[in-house]
Amino acid sequence: MELNILTICYLIGSITFILGLKMLSNPATARKGNLIAAGGMAIAIAGTIFLYKGHDGEGLHNYAWIFGGLAIGTLVGFMAAKKVKMTAMPEMVSLFNGMGGACAGLISIIEYGRASADFGSGATMHGKLITIFLGLIIGSVSFAGSMVAWGKLNGKVKDFSFPGQQILNTLMLFVMVCIAGYLVFNVTPANACWFYIILTGALVYGIMFVLPIGGADMPVVISLLNSFTGVAAACGGFLYGNKVMLTGGILVGAAGTLLTILMCKAMNRSLLNVLIGSFGGNKAGGAALQSAGGGTYKEISISDSAMVMSYANRVIIVPGYGLAVAQAQHVCHELEKLLDEKGVEVIYAIHPVAGRMPGHMNVLLAEADVSYDKLMEMEDANDLFKTTDVVLILGANDVVNPAAKNDPASPIYGMPILEVELAKTVIVNKRSMKPGYAGIENALFFQPKTSMLFGDAKGVLQQLVSEIKSL
Amino acid sequence: MEYILNLIRSNQEIIYIVILMIFLGIEVIGRVPSVLHTPLMSGANAIHGVVIIGAIIVMGEATEIVALVLGFLAVVLGTLNVVGGFVVTDRMLEMFKKKK
Repeated sequence: MELNILTICYLIGSITFILGLKMLSNPATARKGNLIAAGGMAIAIAGTIFLYKGHDGEGLHNYAWIFGGLAIGTLVGFMAAKKVKMTAMPEMVSLFNGMGGACAGLISIIEYGRASADFGSGATMHGKLITIFLGLIIGSVSFAGSMVAWGKLNGKVKDFSFPGQQILNTLMLFVMVCIAGYLVFNVTPANACWFYIILTGALVYGIMFVLPIGGADMPVVISLLNSFTGVAAACGGFLYGNKVMLTGGILVGAAGTLLTILMCKAMNRSLLNVLIGSFGGNKAGGAALQSAGGGTYKEISISDSAMVMSYANRVIIVPGYGLAVAQAQHVCHELEKLLDEKGVEVIYAIHPVAGRMPGHMNVLLAEADVSYDKLMEMEDANDLFKTTDVVLILGANDVVNPAAKNDPASPIYGMPILEVELAKTVIVNKRSMKPGYAGIENALFFQPKTSMLFGDAKGVLQQLVSEIKSL
Repeated sequence: MEYILNLIRSNQEIIYIVILMIFLGIEVIGRVPSVLHTPLMSGANAIHGVVIIGAIIVMGEATEIVALVLGFLAVVLGTLNVVGGFVVTDRMLEMFKKKK
């Protein structure tokens, strides 16, 4: 009876995951979908704790440990997720993803210890070992990779690459798979050291895999690692014949892979191009460009900017990560309302990868109560720039870099950009002339119609607001 | 060769599930607007936290101290993934809801 109920718990879990994902891909139902999936997860977890029976027909032991672990994880996870600033969201997702990967890796380590202890052979044994190794390798790669991605997003880890890195990486993966293949048919407790060599190899591979990829491409990498963790979770499903782990894991693996490809498409690049022809790995090209991009730029004062904007017919604001780090989305909204009252049409042009992740900027602006119909996607915005008087760029750089359109040597060549140079006047707010996240110079800043407005986005916007008020 | 075929036959149920789930996963998010990429990734991230179930099983069956400690760690990390993932996603989506 109890096992029958558990089966139903798992069935409910699987269905809610599918429903949840489906609803998450529609703005109107997204929040509900997330809650439904969470509810299904809770049912599946509670069912496992109280109803699970092992092969010997006995229930689970060590309840104190289990509840202790759940309590600690819930408390820390909840606090971390509640406290994290909206701007640090991508890092947080990467961190949680790494935790999942580590969890899958740890399961494999324990299960390997057991499998090698009651050493046997036969098809079931081999199948079990294959999934153990898959879970170990994929989980560890996902964990190590997510940690590097996390470090890169919060600026602690710098891009690093050396010649032949891709070849070395591929070789390393090949050797790991070979050792794992050998171990599947030769498991003895004496072989344990090889197991740890694979574990170490997978961790190193995860680091080497993400290190050379440029910071601007981290969202794609996180999405990819996300689907890796899904597959690692599915391996656990194989291992225990557990359908909810299997369906949940594979679902995320498949959806995550598609999402990764969609993200690449938004940047008009292929996944391979992101992984191999990375920004970071293209240092030489970047350096050459920097020297070529030099020139003179002109500055504009706060009062002049305020004047230009309040007498414009239409102002398009291009928000970037600089706005996000300065926590300036609320002041930005204030400026928008003020201009609106003066009869100026204000629109936000959102590049698909503005901020650090696709959709990140929408989340930030929504937080500041910016009305949804003021946000415009790239294609629509590009049609409007021609008839726009002022474009105000707030801490965005690479997404407005004309090099993506007209310089085949540029590492971001081919990425669709916001064509702000079509507007009559461009005001660029940046903290300094330093190049953007991708580390490349932006010729836009040196064009005659462009004026630079240096300073922290929040401070500058506050001054602009008070200036416009006093006009 | 026969060995591999046997392996496939004895696991056919699982293989069916995997293949159907791959198609379902792709189908389900096929037409997601780019605005929702981040929350969707975050939501999927929380769902693969289902690996926690494996951690609970391992933990509940553990007898040695090493397995206990590693299993405990796995439960903590898995819970972090699940709880953190869903809460972060909810926080993101909460902001979408405010708009009219």
